[in-house]
Amino acid sequence: MAAIVNKGSWVQIYQVILPAGQRAPQVPDDTGRVPLELRTKGFLLEDGRPGEEVMITTYTGRRLKGILEEPAPVYQHKFGRPLPELLLIGKELRAILTEGVEDSAG
Amino acid sequence: MPADDYQAVMARKNQIMKKAVGLDYSRFSRSEIAFDYGRMMAEVGYSLAEIIKIQQATGVGNTPLLELKNLTALVRKIAPRGKGARIFLKDEAANPSGSFKARRAAVSVYHAEKNGYDGVVAATSGNYGAAVASQAAMRNLKCIIVQEVFDRQGQGQPEILEKGRKCEAYGAEVLQLSVGPELFYTFLRVLEETGYFNASLYTPFGIAGVETLGAEIATQLRARGEREADAVVITHAGGGNLTGTARGLIKANSGKTKIIGASVDLSGLHMASDRDFNRKSFTTGHTGFGVPFASWPDRADVPRNAARALRYIDRYVTVKQGEVFYLTEALAQLEGLERGPAGNTSLAAAFALAQTMEQGQIIVVQETEYTGAGKHPLAQLNFARENGIRVERGNPDLEKAGESVIIPERPEQIKARELDLDRIKLSYLKNILKNTGVKKIEGEDLVFLAEEIKKSIAEVRAMLNRLP
Repeated sequence: MAAIVNKGSWVQIYQVILPAGQRAPQVPDDTGRVPLELRTKGFLLEDGRPGEEVMITTYTGRRLKGILEEPAPVYQHKFGRPLPELLLIGKELRAILTEGVEDSAG
Repeated sequence: MPADDYQAVMARKNQIMKKAVGLDYSRFSRSEIAFDYGRMMAEVGYSLAEIIKIQQATGVGNTPLLELKNLTALVRKIAPRGKGARIFLKDEAANPSGSFKARRAAVSVYHAEKNGYDGVVAATSGNYGAAVASQAAMRNLKCIIVQEVFDRQGQGQPEILEKGRKCEAYGAEVLQLSVGPELFYTFLRVLEETGYFNASLYTPFGIAGVETLGAEIATQLRARGEREADAVVITHAGGGNLTGTARGLIKANSGKTKIIGASVDLSGLHMASDRDFNRKSFTTGHTGFGVPFASWPDRADVPRNAARALRYIDRYVTVKQGEVFYLTEALAQLEGLERGPAGNTSLAAAFALAQTMEQGQIIVVQETEYTGAGKHPLAQLNFARENGIRVERGNPDLEKAGESVIIPERPEQIKARELDLDRIKLSYLKNILKNTGVKKIEGEDLVFLAEEIKKSIAEVRAMLNRLP
Protein backbone atom coordinates (compact mmCIF):
# COMPACT_ATOMS: atom_id res chain seq x y z
CA MET A 1 0.00 0.00 0.00
CA ALA A 2 1.27 3.47 -0.86
CA ALA A 3 2.72 5.49 2.00
CA ILE A 4 0.57 8.02 3.82
CA VAL A 5 0.96 11.59 2.66
CA ASN A 6 0.67 14.01 5.53
CA LYS A 7 -1.91 16.74 5.85
CA GLY A 8 -0.44 20.04 4.68
CA SER A 9 1.80 18.43 2.03
CA TRP A 10 1.97 20.07 -1.42
CA VAL A 11 0.38 17.53 -3.76
CA GLN A 12 -1.14 17.03 -7.19
CA ILE A 13 -4.68 15.77 -7.66
CA TYR A 14 -6.50 14.35 -10.65
CA GLN A 15 -10.15 14.65 -11.73
CA VAL A 16 -12.15 13.56 -14.72
CA ILE A 17 -14.00 16.66 -15.90
CA LEU A 18 -15.93 15.09 -18.76
CA PRO A 19 -16.00 11.31 -19.27
CA ALA A 20 -15.45 9.89 -22.76
CA GLY A 21 -18.76 10.07 -24.59
CA GLN A 22 -19.87 13.27 -22.84
CA ARG A 23 -17.37 15.54 -24.54
CA ALA A 24 -18.07 18.50 -26.80
CA PRO A 25 -19.72 17.42 -30.05
CA GLN A 26 -17.03 19.05 -32.23
CA VAL A 27 -14.00 17.13 -30.89
CA PRO A 28 -12.25 14.73 -33.28
CA ASP A 29 -12.75 10.97 -32.72
CA ASP A 30 -9.43 10.33 -31.00
CA THR A 31 -10.18 13.04 -28.44
CA GLY A 32 -13.84 12.04 -27.98
CA ARG A 33 -12.77 8.50 -27.04
CA VAL A 34 -10.86 9.72 -23.97
CA PRO A 35 -12.00 11.70 -20.93
CA LEU A 36 -11.18 15.36 -20.33
CA GLU A 37 -8.82 15.28 -17.38
CA LEU A 38 -7.67 17.90 -14.92
CA ARG A 39 -4.58 18.04 -12.76
CA THR A 40 -3.88 20.73 -10.22
CA LYS A 41 -1.87 21.27 -7.09
CA GLY A 42 -2.51 22.37 -3.56
CA PHE A 43 -2.04 21.64 0.14
CA LEU A 44 -3.56 18.39 1.37
CA LEU A 45 -6.37 19.00 3.88
CA GLU A 46 -6.22 15.59 5.62
CA ASP A 47 -3.73 12.72 5.56
CA GLY A 48 -4.26 10.54 2.49
CA ARG A 49 -2.71 7.94 0.21
CA PRO A 50 -2.02 8.17 -3.51
CA GLY A 51 -5.03 6.79 -5.40
CA GLU A 52 -7.51 7.90 -2.73
CA GLU A 53 -9.98 10.73 -3.09
CA VAL A 54 -8.75 13.72 -1.11
CA MET A 55 -9.42 17.41 -0.64
CA ILE A 56 -6.85 20.15 -1.19
CA THR A 57 -6.65 23.90 -0.73
CA THR A 58 -5.22 25.51 -3.85
CA TYR A 59 -2.83 28.44 -3.73
CA THR A 60 -5.74 30.85 -4.18
CA GLY A 61 -7.55 29.21 -1.28
CA ARG A 62 -10.15 27.20 -3.18
CA ARG A 63 -11.05 23.73 -1.94
CA LEU A 64 -10.94 21.06 -4.64
CA LYS A 65 -11.59 17.33 -4.50
CA GLY A 66 -9.70 14.76 -6.57
CA ILE A 67 -7.66 11.60 -6.64
CA LEU A 68 -4.31 12.10 -4.92
CA GLU A 69 -1.73 11.55 -7.62
CA GLU A 70 1.65 12.74 -6.60
CA PRO A 71 3.05 14.19 -3.41
CA ALA A 72 5.67 16.91 -4.04
CA PRO A 73 4.93 16.89 -7.80
CA VAL A 74 8.07 17.19 -9.90
CA TYR A 75 8.64 19.76 -12.63
CA GLN A 76 9.70 17.29 -15.32
CA HIS A 77 10.54 19.67 -18.14
CA LYS A 78 14.18 20.32 -18.89
CA PHE A 79 16.57 21.28 -21.67
CA GLY A 80 17.82 17.79 -22.48
CA ARG A 81 20.76 16.69 -24.58
CA PRO A 82 22.73 19.02 -26.82
CA LEU A 83 21.79 18.33 -30.44
CA PRO A 84 24.24 17.94 -33.30
CA GLU A 85 21.58 19.47 -35.60
CA LEU A 86 21.92 22.79 -33.73
CA LEU A 87 25.54 22.70 -32.59
CA LEU A 88 27.13 23.78 -35.84
CA ILE A 89 24.76 26.57 -36.85
CA GLY A 90 26.68 29.28 -34.99
CA LYS A 91 30.02 28.26 -36.51
CA GLU A 92 28.58 28.03 -40.00
CA LEU A 93 27.01 31.47 -39.80
CA ARG A 94 30.19 33.04 -38.38
CA ALA A 95 32.09 31.54 -41.31
CA ILE A 96 29.67 33.15 -43.80
CA LEU A 97 29.93 36.50 -41.98
CA THR A 98 33.71 36.54 -42.07
CA GLU A 99 34.02 35.26 -45.65
CA GLY A 100 36.25 37.60 -47.65
CA VAL A 101 37.21 39.57 -44.53
CA GLU A 102 41.00 39.75 -43.85
CA ASP A 103 41.98 37.92 -40.69
CA SER A 104 43.33 40.82 -38.63
CA ALA A 105 45.09 38.48 -36.21
CA GLY A 106 47.00 36.81 -39.05
CA MET B 1 -27.48 24.83 -8.07
CA PRO B 2 -27.40 25.10 -11.87
CA ALA B 3 -26.50 22.01 -13.91
CA ASP B 4 -22.84 21.68 -14.79
CA ASP B 5 -22.86 19.30 -17.75
CA TYR B 6 -21.26 20.55 -20.94
CA GLN B 7 -24.41 21.68 -22.78
CA ALA B 8 -25.93 23.39 -19.73
CA VAL B 9 -22.82 25.43 -18.94
CA MET B 10 -22.26 26.40 -22.57
CA ALA B 11 -25.87 27.58 -22.74
CA ARG B 12 -25.12 30.02 -19.88
CA LYS B 13 -22.03 31.33 -21.65
CA ASN B 14 -23.29 34.84 -22.39
CA GLN B 15 -24.62 35.53 -18.91
CA ILE B 16 -21.43 34.20 -17.27
CA MET B 17 -19.31 36.35 -19.56
CA LYS B 18 -21.33 39.48 -19.03
CA LYS B 19 -20.69 39.27 -15.31
CA ALA B 20 -17.06 38.22 -15.67
CA VAL B 21 -16.09 40.95 -18.12
CA GLY B 22 -18.51 43.57 -16.80
CA LEU B 23 -19.29 44.58 -20.32
CA ASP B 24 -22.52 44.48 -22.26
CA TYR B 25 -21.39 43.85 -25.81
CA SER B 26 -24.92 44.18 -27.14
CA ARG B 27 -24.73 47.96 -26.88
CA PHE B 28 -22.25 48.01 -29.77
CA SER B 29 -24.34 45.75 -31.93
CA ARG B 30 -25.90 47.28 -35.05
CA SER B 31 -27.36 44.29 -36.78
CA GLU B 32 -27.04 40.53 -36.93
CA ILE B 33 -23.66 41.11 -38.58
CA ALA B 34 -22.39 44.61 -37.90
CA PHE B 35 -21.14 46.10 -34.65
CA ASP B 36 -19.37 49.34 -33.89
CA TYR B 37 -15.76 48.21 -33.46
CA GLY B 38 -14.34 51.73 -33.34
CA ARG B 39 -16.74 52.81 -30.63
CA MET B 40 -16.16 49.64 -28.62
CA MET B 41 -12.41 50.23 -28.64
CA ALA B 42 -12.78 53.93 -27.85
CA GLU B 43 -15.36 53.66 -25.08
CA VAL B 44 -14.39 50.45 -23.39
CA GLY B 45 -10.66 50.48 -23.80
CA TYR B 46 -8.36 53.12 -22.45
CA SER B 47 -6.58 55.88 -24.36
CA LEU B 48 -2.97 55.38 -25.32
CA ALA B 49 -1.90 57.93 -22.70
CA GLU B 50 -3.85 56.12 -19.98
CA ILE B 51 -2.40 52.76 -20.96
CA ILE B 52 1.14 54.09 -20.86
CA LYS B 53 0.47 55.22 -17.29
CA ILE B 54 -1.14 51.91 -16.30
CA GLN B 55 1.77 49.95 -17.74
CA GLN B 56 4.43 52.18 -16.25
CA ALA B 57 2.92 51.58 -12.82
CA THR B 58 3.87 47.89 -13.02
CA GLY B 59 7.07 48.18 -15.02
CA VAL B 60 5.57 47.03 -18.31
CA GLY B 61 6.64 48.27 -21.74
CA ASN B 62 9.28 50.68 -22.92
CA THR B 63 11.38 47.67 -23.91
CA PRO B 64 14.64 48.09 -25.86
CA LEU B 65 14.55 48.31 -29.65
CA LEU B 66 17.74 46.57 -30.75
CA GLU B 67 19.34 46.72 -34.17
CA LEU B 68 20.44 43.23 -35.20
CA LYS B 69 23.63 44.21 -36.99
CA ASN B 70 25.14 40.77 -37.43
CA LEU B 71 21.94 39.24 -38.71
CA THR B 72 21.54 42.18 -41.10
CA ALA B 73 25.13 41.64 -42.29
CA LEU B 74 24.32 37.97 -42.82
CA VAL B 75 21.21 38.87 -44.81
CA ARG B 76 23.32 41.12 -47.05
CA LYS B 77 25.83 38.33 -47.65
CA ILE B 78 23.13 36.15 -49.19
CA ALA B 79 20.72 38.74 -50.65
CA PRO B 80 20.91 40.10 -54.20
CA ARG B 81 23.18 43.15 -54.60
CA GLY B 82 21.79 46.27 -52.88
CA LYS B 83 19.16 44.28 -50.99
CA GLY B 84 19.01 43.54 -47.28
CA ALA B 85 16.94 45.80 -45.04
CA ARG B 86 18.16 46.64 -41.54
CA ILE B 87 16.54 44.34 -39.00
CA PHE B 88 15.43 45.76 -35.65
CA LEU B 89 14.06 43.71 -32.78
CA LYS B 90 11.75 44.79 -29.99
CA ASP B 91 13.03 42.89 -26.97
CA GLU B 92 9.72 42.17 -25.31
CA ALA B 93 11.33 39.50 -23.13
CA ALA B 94 12.37 42.48 -20.99
CA ASN B 95 8.80 42.83 -19.68
CA PRO B 96 8.21 41.68 -16.07
CA SER B 97 6.79 38.27 -17.03
CA GLY B 98 9.11 37.80 -20.01
CA SER B 99 6.88 38.54 -22.98
CA PHE B 100 4.72 41.20 -24.66
CA LYS B 101 1.71 39.58 -23.02
CA ALA B 102 2.48 41.66 -19.91
CA ARG B 103 1.08 44.60 -21.89
CA ARG B 104 -2.26 42.88 -22.34
CA ALA B 105 -2.38 41.61 -18.79
CA ALA B 106 -1.45 45.01 -17.32
CA VAL B 107 -4.62 46.64 -18.61
CA SER B 108 -6.94 43.70 -17.87
CA VAL B 109 -5.71 43.30 -14.32
CA TYR B 110 -5.81 47.06 -13.71
CA HIS B 111 -9.39 47.08 -14.94
CA ALA B 112 -10.29 44.13 -12.69
CA GLU B 113 -8.80 45.84 -9.66
CA LYS B 114 -10.51 49.13 -10.44
CA ASN B 115 -13.86 47.39 -10.72
CA GLY B 116 -13.54 45.60 -7.42
CA TYR B 117 -13.02 42.00 -8.59
CA ASP B 118 -11.20 39.78 -6.04
CA GLY B 119 -9.33 37.86 -8.69
CA VAL B 120 -8.70 37.20 -12.34
CA VAL B 121 -9.00 34.06 -14.45
CA ALA B 122 -7.45 33.45 -17.84
CA ALA B 123 -7.79 30.53 -20.23
CA THR B 124 -4.40 30.28 -21.85
CA SER B 125 -1.61 27.80 -22.45
CA GLY B 126 0.69 30.61 -23.48
CA ASN B 127 2.85 33.37 -22.02
CA TYR B 128 -0.33 35.23 -21.19
CA GLY B 129 -0.84 33.05 -18.09
CA ALA B 130 2.42 34.17 -16.51
CA ALA B 131 1.65 37.74 -17.55
CA VAL B 132 -1.72 37.74 -15.79
CA ALA B 133 -0.26 35.96 -12.75
CA SER B 134 2.58 38.47 -12.50
CA GLN B 135 0.30 41.49 -12.83
CA ALA B 136 -2.19 39.99 -10.36
CA ALA B 137 0.64 39.52 -7.85
CA MET B 138 1.56 43.20 -8.21
CA ARG B 139 -2.03 44.33 -7.78
CA ASN B 140 -2.87 41.96 -4.92
CA LEU B 141 -5.51 39.99 -6.81
CA LYS B 142 -5.96 36.24 -6.82
CA CYS B 143 -5.25 34.47 -10.06
CA ILE B 144 -6.36 31.22 -11.68
CA ILE B 145 -4.93 30.05 -15.00
CA VAL B 146 -6.59 27.31 -17.05
CA GLN B 147 -4.21 25.53 -19.42
CA GLU B 148 -4.34 22.75 -22.00
CA VAL B 149 -1.21 20.73 -21.15
CA PHE B 150 -1.44 16.95 -21.38
CA ASP B 151 -2.33 14.26 -23.84
CA ARG B 152 -4.19 11.12 -22.73
CA GLN B 153 -0.94 9.55 -21.55
CA GLY B 154 -0.45 12.44 -19.16
CA GLN B 155 2.51 13.61 -21.21
CA GLY B 156 2.81 17.40 -21.01
CA GLN B 157 4.06 19.69 -23.76
CA PRO B 158 7.40 21.02 -22.39
CA GLU B 159 6.72 24.62 -23.36
CA ILE B 160 3.34 24.62 -21.61
CA LEU B 161 4.73 22.83 -18.54
CA GLU B 162 7.23 25.66 -18.21
CA LYS B 163 4.52 28.27 -18.61
CA GLY B 164 2.51 26.51 -15.89
CA ARG B 165 5.51 26.48 -13.57
CA LYS B 166 5.99 30.20 -14.10
CA CYS B 167 2.34 30.91 -13.21
CA GLU B 168 2.80 28.93 -10.01
CA ALA B 169 5.96 30.89 -9.25
CA TYR B 170 3.79 34.04 -9.19
CA GLY B 171 1.31 32.42 -6.80
CA ALA B 172 -1.39 31.49 -9.28
CA GLU B 173 -3.57 28.40 -9.09
CA VAL B 174 -3.01 26.49 -12.32
CA LEU B 175 -5.64 24.10 -13.65
CA GLN B 176 -3.96 21.80 -16.13
CA LEU B 177 -6.21 20.01 -18.59
CA SER B 178 -5.85 17.31 -21.17
CA VAL B 179 -6.41 18.11 -24.84
CA GLY B 180 -9.71 19.52 -26.00
CA PRO B 181 -11.71 22.66 -26.68
CA GLU B 182 -13.71 22.04 -23.49
CA LEU B 183 -11.03 24.04 -21.74
CA PHE B 184 -13.52 26.81 -22.34
CA TYR B 185 -16.18 24.85 -20.45
CA THR B 186 -13.88 24.44 -17.45
CA PHE B 187 -13.02 28.12 -17.67
CA LEU B 188 -16.71 29.11 -17.58
CA ARG B 189 -17.28 26.94 -14.52
CA VAL B 190 -14.37 28.60 -12.71
CA LEU B 191 -15.67 32.07 -13.60
CA GLU B 192 -19.14 31.16 -12.38
CA GLU B 193 -17.88 29.65 -9.16
CA THR B 194 -15.38 32.38 -8.21
CA GLY B 195 -16.97 35.54 -9.61
CA TYR B 196 -13.49 36.60 -10.73
CA PHE B 197 -12.77 38.81 -13.73
CA ASN B 198 -12.28 37.15 -17.10
CA ALA B 199 -8.88 38.49 -18.11
CA SER B 200 -9.57 37.36 -21.65
CA LEU B 201 -6.95 37.88 -24.31
CA TYR B 202 -9.62 39.32 -26.53
CA THR B 203 -11.34 42.14 -24.63
CA PRO B 204 -10.80 45.75 -25.70
CA PHE B 205 -8.59 46.12 -22.58
CA GLY B 206 -6.25 43.38 -23.65
CA ILE B 207 -5.93 44.60 -27.20
CA ALA B 208 -5.53 48.23 -26.22
CA GLY B 209 -2.66 47.07 -24.01
CA VAL B 210 -0.68 46.05 -27.09
CA GLU B 211 -1.10 49.44 -28.75
CA THR B 212 1.83 50.80 -26.74
CA LEU B 213 4.06 48.23 -28.44
CA GLY B 214 3.28 49.59 -31.90
CA ALA B 215 3.53 53.16 -30.68
CA GLU B 216 6.93 52.53 -29.08
CA ILE B 217 8.33 51.14 -32.33
CA ALA B 218 7.37 54.39 -34.07
CA THR B 219 8.61 56.72 -31.33
CA GLN B 220 11.84 54.84 -30.61
CA LEU B 221 12.84 54.88 -34.28
CA ARG B 222 11.94 58.55 -34.53
CA ALA B 223 13.92 59.43 -31.41
CA ARG B 224 17.01 57.91 -33.01
CA GLY B 225 16.55 59.89 -36.18
CA GLU B 226 15.66 56.77 -38.17
CA ARG B 227 13.08 56.57 -40.92
CA GLU B 228 9.62 55.18 -40.33
CA ALA B 229 9.62 51.36 -40.28
CA ASP B 230 8.92 50.03 -43.75
CA ALA B 231 7.53 46.81 -42.35
CA VAL B 232 6.74 45.32 -38.98
CA VAL B 233 6.59 41.56 -38.75
CA ILE B 234 4.25 40.19 -36.11
CA THR B 235 3.89 36.62 -34.93
CA HIS B 236 0.24 35.88 -35.51
CA ALA B 237 -1.98 33.48 -33.56
CA GLY B 238 -5.18 34.81 -32.03
CA GLY B 239 -4.76 38.19 -33.70
CA GLY B 240 -4.28 40.42 -30.65
CA ASN B 241 -0.59 40.98 -31.15
CA LEU B 242 -1.15 42.04 -34.74
CA THR B 243 -4.26 44.13 -34.09
CA GLY B 244 -2.82 46.00 -31.11
CA THR B 245 0.56 46.64 -32.72
CA ALA B 246 -1.00 47.92 -35.94
CA ARG B 247 -3.37 50.20 -34.03
CA GLY B 248 -0.48 51.56 -31.99
CA LEU B 249 1.55 52.28 -35.11
CA ILE B 250 -1.39 54.16 -36.61
CA LYS B 251 -1.91 56.14 -33.39
CA ALA B 252 1.79 57.09 -33.43
CA ASN B 253 1.50 58.31 -37.01
CA SER B 254 3.28 55.38 -38.58
CA GLY B 255 0.32 54.27 -40.63
CA LYS B 256 2.33 53.65 -43.80
CA THR B 257 4.27 50.81 -42.20
CA LYS B 258 3.37 47.47 -43.78
CA ILE B 259 1.83 45.03 -41.33
CA ILE B 260 3.09 41.52 -41.97
CA GLY B 261 1.73 38.58 -39.99
CA ALA B 262 3.86 35.46 -39.61
CA SER B 263 2.87 32.01 -38.33
CA VAL B 264 4.61 28.68 -38.02
CA ASP B 265 3.21 26.29 -40.60
CA LEU B 266 1.45 23.47 -38.77
CA SER B 267 -0.90 22.59 -41.60
CA GLY B 268 -2.08 19.00 -41.43
CA LEU B 269 -2.20 18.84 -37.62
CA HIS B 270 -5.59 18.99 -35.91
CA MET B 271 -5.51 21.39 -32.97
CA ALA B 272 -8.10 19.47 -30.93
CA SER B 273 -6.59 16.05 -31.59
CA ASP B 274 -5.20 14.17 -28.60
CA ARG B 275 -2.79 12.32 -30.90
CA ASP B 276 -1.52 15.41 -32.73
CA PHE B 277 -1.11 17.48 -29.56
CA ASN B 278 2.44 16.39 -28.74
CA ARG B 279 3.55 16.07 -32.35
CA LYS B 280 4.07 19.79 -32.71
CA SER B 281 7.07 21.78 -31.52
CA PHE B 282 5.25 25.12 -31.32
CA THR B 283 2.22 25.63 -29.13
CA THR B 284 1.43 29.15 -30.30
CA GLY B 285 2.18 31.53 -33.14
CA HIS B 286 1.12 28.84 -35.57
CA THR B 287 -1.34 28.47 -38.43
CA GLY B 288 -3.62 26.29 -36.28
CA PHE B 289 -4.64 29.49 -34.46
CA GLY B 290 -3.62 32.11 -37.00
CA VAL B 291 -5.83 31.04 -39.88
CA PRO B 292 -9.06 30.20 -38.00
CA PHE B 293 -8.84 33.32 -35.81
CA ALA B 294 -8.28 35.55 -38.83
CA SER B 295 -11.21 34.05 -40.71
CA TRP B 296 -13.51 33.97 -37.67
CA PRO B 297 -12.33 36.19 -34.80
CA ASP B 298 -15.51 35.75 -32.78
CA ARG B 299 -14.59 32.16 -31.96
CA ALA B 300 -12.88 33.73 -28.89
CA ASP B 301 -14.02 33.60 -25.27
CA VAL B 302 -15.89 36.92 -25.48
CA PRO B 303 -18.90 37.74 -27.68
CA ARG B 304 -17.02 40.29 -29.79
CA ASN B 305 -13.31 39.74 -30.22
CA ALA B 306 -11.36 43.00 -30.13
CA ALA B 307 -8.54 41.27 -32.04
CA ARG B 308 -9.48 41.49 -35.71
CA ALA B 309 -6.40 40.80 -37.77
CA LEU B 310 -7.94 41.17 -41.23
CA ARG B 311 -8.67 44.84 -40.52
CA TYR B 312 -4.96 45.57 -40.39
CA ILE B 313 -2.88 42.85 -42.03
CA ASP B 314 -1.16 43.60 -45.37
CA ARG B 315 0.62 40.28 -45.89
CA TYR B 316 0.53 36.93 -44.14
CA VAL B 317 3.49 34.58 -44.41
CA THR B 318 4.38 31.22 -42.90
CA VAL B 319 7.68 29.71 -41.85
CA LYS B 320 8.61 26.15 -40.94
CA GLN B 321 9.34 24.92 -37.41
CA GLY B 322 12.92 24.04 -38.36
CA GLU B 323 13.50 27.54 -39.71
CA VAL B 324 12.41 29.15 -36.45
CA PHE B 325 14.72 26.90 -34.44
CA TYR B 326 17.54 27.82 -36.83
CA LEU B 327 16.95 31.55 -36.36
CA THR B 328 16.60 31.08 -32.59
CA GLU B 329 20.08 29.58 -32.63
CA ALA B 330 21.35 32.35 -34.93
CA LEU B 331 19.94 35.06 -32.63
CA ALA B 332 21.80 33.56 -29.68
CA GLN B 333 25.05 32.93 -31.56
CA LEU B 334 25.30 36.10 -33.65
CA GLU B 335 23.45 38.64 -31.56
CA GLY B 336 24.03 37.32 -28.05
CA LEU B 337 20.30 37.12 -27.36
CA GLU B 338 19.00 33.79 -26.13
CA ARG B 339 15.23 33.96 -26.43
CA GLY B 340 12.30 31.54 -26.62
CA PRO B 341 11.59 29.91 -29.97
CA ALA B 342 7.88 30.70 -30.44
CA GLY B 343 8.55 34.43 -30.16
CA ASN B 344 11.13 34.13 -32.93
CA THR B 345 8.58 33.12 -35.55
CA SER B 346 8.45 36.67 -36.86
CA LEU B 347 12.26 36.83 -36.78
CA ALA B 348 12.51 33.86 -39.14
CA ALA B 349 10.06 35.53 -41.51
CA ALA B 350 11.86 38.88 -41.27
CA PHE B 351 15.17 37.23 -42.08
CA ALA B 352 13.72 36.07 -45.41
CA LEU B 353 11.74 39.24 -46.09
CA ALA B 354 14.71 41.55 -45.43
CA GLN B 355 16.48 39.93 -48.39
CA THR B 356 13.81 41.27 -50.73
CA MET B 357 13.96 44.83 -49.36
CA GLU B 358 16.39 47.68 -50.12
CA GLN B 359 19.38 48.22 -47.82
CA GLY B 360 18.07 51.61 -46.74
CA GLN B 361 14.80 50.13 -45.51
CA ILE B 362 13.89 49.03 -41.99
CA ILE B 363 12.08 45.87 -40.96
CA VAL B 364 11.08 45.48 -37.33
CA VAL B 365 10.55 42.18 -35.53
CA GLN B 366 8.18 43.25 -32.79
CA GLU B 367 8.71 40.67 -30.06
CA THR B 368 10.90 38.23 -28.22
CA GLU B 369 9.92 36.00 -25.32
CA TYR B 370 11.90 34.62 -22.39
CA THR B 371 13.46 31.21 -22.67
CA GLY B 372 14.11 28.46 -20.16
CA ALA B 373 13.74 24.73 -19.58
CA GLY B 374 10.98 23.45 -21.86
CA LYS B 375 10.74 26.70 -23.81
CA HIS B 376 13.89 26.13 -25.79
CA PRO B 377 14.97 24.54 -29.10
CA LEU B 378 16.83 21.77 -27.26
CA ALA B 379 13.85 20.92 -25.10
CA GLN B 380 11.44 20.96 -28.02
CA LEU B 381 13.63 18.99 -30.41
CA ASN B 382 14.53 16.33 -27.85
CA PHE B 383 10.83 16.03 -27.04
CA ALA B 384 9.92 15.83 -30.74
CA ARG B 385 12.36 12.98 -31.22
CA GLU B 386 10.97 11.11 -28.19
CA ASN B 387 7.57 11.40 -29.86
CA GLY B 388 8.75 9.84 -33.08
CA ILE B 389 9.28 13.04 -35.05
CA ARG B 390 12.23 13.02 -37.45
CA VAL B 391 14.67 15.82 -36.60
CA GLU B 392 17.35 16.41 -39.19
CA ARG B 393 19.13 19.02 -41.24
CA GLY B 394 18.01 19.45 -44.81
CA ASN B 395 15.64 21.39 -47.00
CA PRO B 396 12.95 22.97 -44.80
CA ASP B 397 10.52 22.98 -47.73
CA LEU B 398 10.25 19.24 -47.17
CA GLU B 399 9.27 19.57 -43.49
CA LYS B 400 5.90 18.04 -42.72
CA ALA B 401 4.38 19.09 -39.38
CA GLY B 402 3.77 16.08 -37.17
CA GLU B 403 6.32 13.96 -39.04
CA SER B 404 9.51 15.98 -39.29
CA VAL B 405 11.33 19.09 -38.18
CA ILE B 406 13.92 20.02 -40.77
CA ILE B 407 16.63 22.42 -39.67
CA PRO B 408 18.00 24.31 -42.69
CA GLU B 409 21.52 23.56 -43.87
CA ARG B 410 22.10 27.08 -45.13
CA PRO B 411 20.53 30.47 -44.33
CA GLU B 412 19.45 30.89 -47.98
CA GLN B 413 16.92 28.10 -47.48
CA ILE B 414 14.80 30.14 -45.07
CA LYS B 415 11.63 31.38 -46.74
CA ALA B 416 8.63 33.49 -45.95
CA ARG B 417 5.86 31.60 -47.73
CA GLU B 418 3.00 33.84 -48.77
CA LEU B 419 -0.51 32.83 -47.72
CA ASP B 420 -3.30 34.04 -49.98
CA LEU B 421 -5.01 36.68 -47.85
CA ASP B 422 -7.91 36.95 -50.28
CA ARG B 423 -8.71 33.31 -49.65
CA ILE B 424 -8.76 33.92 -45.91
CA LYS B 425 -10.95 37.00 -46.44
CA LEU B 426 -13.32 34.95 -48.54
CA SER B 427 -13.52 32.32 -45.84
CA TYR B 428 -14.25 35.10 -43.32
CA LEU B 429 -17.24 36.13 -45.47
CA LYS B 430 -18.35 32.50 -45.71
CA ASN B 431 -18.17 32.22 -41.92
CA ILE B 432 -20.23 35.39 -41.48
CA LEU B 433 -23.00 33.99 -43.65
CA LYS B 434 -22.85 30.57 -42.02
CA ASN B 435 -22.70 31.78 -38.41
CA THR B 436 -25.32 34.52 -38.63
CA GLY B 437 -27.67 32.83 -41.08
CA VAL B 438 -28.13 36.16 -42.87
CA LYS B 439 -28.99 35.61 -46.54
CA LYS B 440 -28.70 39.02 -48.11
CA ILE B 441 -26.04 41.53 -47.17
CA GLU B 442 -26.57 45.20 -47.81
CA GLY B 443 -26.33 48.71 -46.39
CA GLU B 444 -24.39 49.10 -43.20
CA ASP B 445 -23.46 45.42 -43.14
CA LEU B 446 -21.55 45.95 -46.39
CA VAL B 447 -19.72 48.91 -44.89
CA PHE B 448 -18.88 46.84 -41.81
CA LEU B 449 -17.57 43.92 -43.85
CA ALA B 450 -15.45 46.22 -46.00
CA GLU B 451 -13.79 47.50 -42.81
CA GLU B 452 -13.49 43.99 -41.43
CA ILE B 453 -11.46 42.70 -44.35
CA LYS B 454 -9.84 45.94 -45.52
CA LYS B 455 -11.49 46.00 -48.93
CA SER B 456 -13.74 48.42 -50.81
CA ILE B 457 -17.49 47.92 -50.75
CA ALA B 458 -17.37 47.02 -54.44
CA GLU B 459 -14.76 44.37 -53.76
CA VAL B 460 -16.82 42.90 -50.90
CA ARG B 461 -19.83 42.77 -53.20
CA ALA B 462 -17.83 40.97 -55.86
CA MET B 463 -16.48 38.50 -53.31
CA LEU B 464 -19.95 37.80 -51.93
CA ASN B 465 -21.17 37.13 -55.47
CA ARG B 466 -18.49 34.52 -55.87
CA LEU B 467 -19.77 32.60 -52.85
CA PRO B 468 -22.19 29.73 -53.54
